[in-house]
Amino acid sequence: MRKVTIITGHYGSGKSNISTNLAMEAAAEGKKVTVVDLDIVNPYFRTADFAKMFEENGIELITPSYANTNLDIPALNFDIERIAKSDGYLIIDVGGDDDGAIALGRFSAALNEFGDNLDMFYVINRYRYLTKEPSEAVELMYNIETASKIKHTGIINNSNLGCDTLADTVISSLPYADMVSQSVNLPIVFSTIPRRLGVDDNRFKPIEIYVKPFWER
Amino acid sequence: MKGNEALAEAAMRAGCKCFFGYPITPQTELAAYMAKRMNKNGGVFLQAESEIAAINMVLGAASTGVRAMTSSSSPGISLKSEGISYIAGSDLPCVIINVERGGPGLGGIQPSQADYWQATKGLAHGDFHLLVYAPASVQEMVDMVIKAFDKADTYRMPAMILADGLLGQMMEPVTFPEIEQKTHDKSSWAANGHKGQREHHIINSLYLTPEELERTVVERFAKYDTIKQTETDAELYMTEDADILVCAFGATARVVKSAVNEAREMGIKAGMFRPKTVWPFPVNELQEASKNASQILSVEMSMGQMIDDIKLALNCSKPVEFFGRTGGVIPTPAEVLAKIKAMGGNK
Repeated sequence: MRKVTIITGHYGSGKSNISTNLAMEAAAEGKKVTVVDLDIVNPYFRTADFAKMFEENGIELITPSYANTNLDIPALNFDIERIAKSDGYLIIDVGGDDDGAIALGRFSAALNEFGDNLDMFYVINRYRYLTKEPSEAVELMYNIETASKIKHTGIINNSNLGCDTLADTVISSLPYADMVSQSVNLPIVFSTIPRRLGVDDNRFKPIEIYVKPFWER
Repeated sequence: MKGNEALAEAAMRAGCKCFFGYPITPQTELAAYMAKRMNKNGGVFLQAESEIAAINMVLGAASTGVRAMTSSSSPGISLKSEGISYIAGSDLPCVIINVERGGPGLGGIQPSQADYWQATKGLAHGDFHLLVYAPASVQEMVDMVIKAFDKADTYRMPAMILADGLLGQMMEPVTFPEIEQKTHDKSSWAANGHKGQREHHIINSLYLTPEELERTVVERFAKYDTIKQTETDAELYMTEDADILVCAFGATARVVKSAVNEAREMGIKAGMFRPKTVWPFPVNELQEASKNASQILSVEMSMGQMIDDIKLALNCSKPVEFFGRTGGVIPTPAEVLAKIKAMGGNK
């Protein structure tokens, strides 16, 4: 049975960047990787932006055919049930909030069959305006579970301030992440730190920032 | 915050009590944010049956003196244009947000700046202007929404935030400033109930004699003259010794700034002029920014609409070139740099 990781979270919590990091790491280890861009909410700034890099690294990318086009049609023209039955590591990048997680709900029965091979990680950002309080982050997490009909299995602390992220930004988010983790009784899978900061601290997982602002592309 | 959400939060903090809208990509998060929070904030959120209904609800709410707002994207703004003209003709303050997308027609949902003419040349029928602010970052969207509400009340006229899909959809850190609570006395005109204590206040854009209408329009244009003198704003970046002055507004200016920095590293004396108000256009600021420039370049996400205002501001005294992408395609720093290099540049 293939391993499945679903990434959920608030708009702008860094889901696409986390999904891309997981995919690139697994591909570097020689694994067969498939990424599904399940975002039916955002018209742009999404996993589909990395199509070229994925192709170069042998990562299969499945996106709604209207992603990054001029059509405003949130239709899914692929079948996750069938995709999930093939082999390799499957990463599903879900749209923001519970609004985005509705699309996932349609596939919940098939995905829940994966049991221990299924992880759903909730990405949090202490600096995201609407999830600044642990209680707000917790409420959204449960709303996503209601919409997706799948239970989370872990938390990814991806607290950041975009280009302004410093080591202190990340370090001072740890108590917040712990509070969220304790409230929902789920482990912190990892806390991220941008690799460019060069911080050597085993509390953090260094990640690449693939999401580039449009004025640096 | 996401740009669209920051616009909504800033409006509520600025005292907006009534929001009327209709969904359209790429601005829908703004209305969704309002839907979740406006009522808790003691205000009114209403999703109207159409853009036309929404703008006329703004007209009604603004008539009573409350701060009211609507938002849409390009084709939706076209639908609102009749109502905006009525609001201007009734001398009512309100804020209109346009998170532009590609056009004409239904066009597309990707970012664009092709509504520059629409926003700055009066937008709808009749003699009138809007105050138009062109933010280039999420922080500036916050600051400009707050300012737009204040200036709309000061001048009793509609103000617009001319943003685009890039700004609406992007994430950036923002700080919400402490808002100085200025009180605008609306007691001489607001139709908020006379309770038998005063004369009726009548909000109207219909005048029975041509002379009366002419007098009102002329008075309004006297106000516009004051605004042209006092309300212009622009960013001048590395313009002091700039030989090639690149003009850009909104999100495009972020791309241009990267290109200007790269040009400078190559020894090309490039600079950037960015209007923060596009009506009134910052004429004096552009003249100052271009004082040492031999050539001007306008970069826009359109086929070139601001280029006319640049030529007028400089009385066509300098050659003005253009580079743009349209239809939802975003220009890259490399493309802009290539154009700057092609223009030669005084190294």
